[in-house]
Amino acid sequence: MTTVHIPFLQTGTLAVGGRLLGEDDRSLQSQADRPSSLTKGHRACQGCAEALAARWVMDTAVEAADEKLIVANATGCLEVFSTLYPESAWKPPWIHSLFANAAAVATGIAASLHSQGRDDVRVLAQGGDGGTVDIGLAAVSGMFERNDDVLYVCYDNQGYMNTGVQRSSATPASARTATTPAVGRQPGAPVGQGKSMPKIAMAHEIPYVATATVADLRDLETKVRTAMSIHGARYLHVLVPCPLGWGSSSSESINLSRAAVQSGIFPVLEARAGEITDVQRIRQRMDVEAYLRPQARFAHLFKPGGEDALERWRALADANIRRYDLMGERS
Amino acid sequence: MREVLEGSQAVARTVARCRPGVVCAYPISPQTHIVEALSVMARTGELSDCEYVNVESEFSAMSVSIGSSAAGSRTYTATASQGLLYMTEAVFNAAGMGLPIVMTVANRAIGAPINIWNDQSDALALRDSGWLQLYATDNQEAADLHVIAFAVAEELGMPAMVCMDGFVLTHASDVVELASAEEIDAFLPAFRPQQVLDVDHPTTIGTMAGPESFTETKYLQHLRFLDATEVIESWSHRFRDAFGREAGCLVSRYDPDTLERDHAAPPAAAEDIALVAMGSVVGTLQAALAPMRAEGERVRLVGIQSFRPFPEQALRAALGECRDVIVIDRALELGAGGVLTGNVGRALAGTRSRIRSVIAGLGGRPILEASLQDVVRRARAGEVGRLEFLDLKEGGVPLPPVGATEVAR
Repeated sequence: MTTVHIPFLQTGTLAVGGRLLGEDDRSLQSQADRPSSLTKGHRACQGCAEALAARWVMDTAVEAADEKLIVANATGCLEVFSTLYPESAWKPPWIHSLFANAAAVATGIAASLHSQGRDDVRVLAQGGDGGTVDIGLAAVSGMFERNDDVLYVCYDNQGYMNTGVQRSSATPASARTATTPAVGRQPGAPVGQGKSMPKIAMAHEIPYVATATVADLRDLETKVRTAMSIHGARYLHVLVPCPLGWGSSSSESINLSRAAVQSGIFPVLEARAGEITDVQRIRQRMDVEAYLRPQARFAHLFKPGGEDALERWRALADANIRRYDLMGERS
Repeated sequence: MREVLEGSQAVARTVARCRPGVVCAYPISPQTHIVEALSVMARTGELSDCEYVNVESEFSAMSVSIGSSAAGSRTYTATASQGLLYMTEAVFNAAGMGLPIVMTVANRAIGAPINIWNDQSDALALRDSGWLQLYATDNQEAADLHVIAFAVAEELGMPAMVCMDGFVLTHASDVVELASAEEIDAFLPAFRPQQVLDVDHPTTIGTMAGPESFTETKYLQHLRFLDATEVIESWSHRFRDAFGREAGCLVSRYDPDTLERDHAAPPAAAEDIALVAMGSVVGTLQAALAPMRAEGERVRLVGIQSFRPFPEQALRAALGECRDVIVIDRALELGAGGVLTGNVGRALAGTRSRIRSVIAGLGGRPILEASLQDVVRRARAGEVGRLEFLDLKEGGVPLPPVGATEVAR
């Protein structure tokens, strides 16, 4: 694959890193000859964290695979904004089939490569939360259960954003969507058990499961690199704020990701064979309000009557902190 | 070598000799024996350099097949009935992406009521999916059609279904002569995919197409289907030259006297009663019509081998000036009539043929020779209605008292 030399955009150490680091420690994204697997010129919204995450995931995976990577993509924003015929923003060989089958298509690619003796070529599948947690869950679970040699990446923006912001089973309780309006006795998405895809993945005892956000892109890069160093089924769950769906400012996507982690709402962890091996500690605990308030989908929580829901959010953060030892109290 | 084999075994062994790179399937009756046999062959090494993938659903079976075909492997799967419907979304998708997957459909009824026995309503429900659909008359043809299906599908860049009647063929043992691996190697070109996910030559497959280009892609798919008629004919001729057996022709003609298959048989004449059928019922018709023919009744038999593309020209040529055409149909368009009949009607539009539809064998109901003979006798007397249900037990099954439904018979 040819690399395209892009303008060197130094955006500071927090986002890109590298300026203060030695050559070896620099992020791939700080290199002028990064693979640019997802090229600029696609149609993602301003501030789309999925586009940012996908760029980092893809570039890292492409480099780790020595540019021998095939990608299967589920239907969703990522597919739609990057491949409107006759244009394509993808530099690696890339296939989109359907909403629910990215994992199975990836299995087929891996099986085909194996039967051809091409064990040097790696396979990556990706989809949003709808294609992963809901409609595609059976195929994802099947791929995990067979331990197929595929890295599956879920970009979780907590709803069906491609179709106009409807609720998915990854939509958090009390969030307003087009199908869970903030009206009635229990405004927003109903409170339930929720569906934690990282936990479901861990229950399959696959070689590697990790979560990440766009607030710590170096961490994301490292996890992709780790995942690519392993064979078998691997799962990476990335929280990707959606300005349109969340009702947040385009400039807030990184801050919101950070607030999700630092409040205890989104635990960042790694697991191998079903056992958690590492969690990212909370450095400076933020209140859940820092995460919720900038999002219009939670605006009703800050009106009279929203107190109960806010309490539930705090309890959720506390539970996560306890369960995953996010403050490092046990160490 | 002629041997006695179950239909499923004959198909599985032939598929193995076509050297697929990936076989992926989910079990469903009456397809199971085919994929069981292939999974054993993959383990024993008889099916070499092949990945056999067990999946959690038919939807994933077709999805794995899509990935594997797109990554450059000859790909095979098999299903039936509810399984075919469960994979429908991916079935259409494989065709739209031009992936030459070959799939056996062991034809079975669709519920509710649940019914595992044979009719052709499953594959015919997917007639517009963009897949070639070839129908086997017997187990010999079922096996042979798979060789032709791989050749045709790969030349056209289009997936192909080989449809064989469930149980009636899949579970029946018969004398067959299978093409050997060497013969197939000599006959079937190596798989050279027309598009492939290749890290050295990256492509994007499966993009979104807007209104400005969608019609054009469908039009090109349509043109490819029109090409398919010639491609199927050409491969079936090549097959006849190489193996000395008839398989995969668009329309089968039968000798007016012996009722044996004869591609050089003359077209039906005006005073003939022509029976048109698809699949194993053709064999039943051969047996049913022989004594009538011996008595001097002018009956003709025409088999449809290719349902998609539908061979309109070849059918018109086979039926000639025939006035009375009776289609034995094993699938029902509810509220309309037989599925095959509708296609025959379109092919014969503008001719002088009167087309009658006889719905027979739904959900495994036996198609009795005597019943078929009765249809022909009544047709001669002008007593067959536009749409009939063969051996309908009128009043035999309690119907709920809703409306004033009258069943045409």
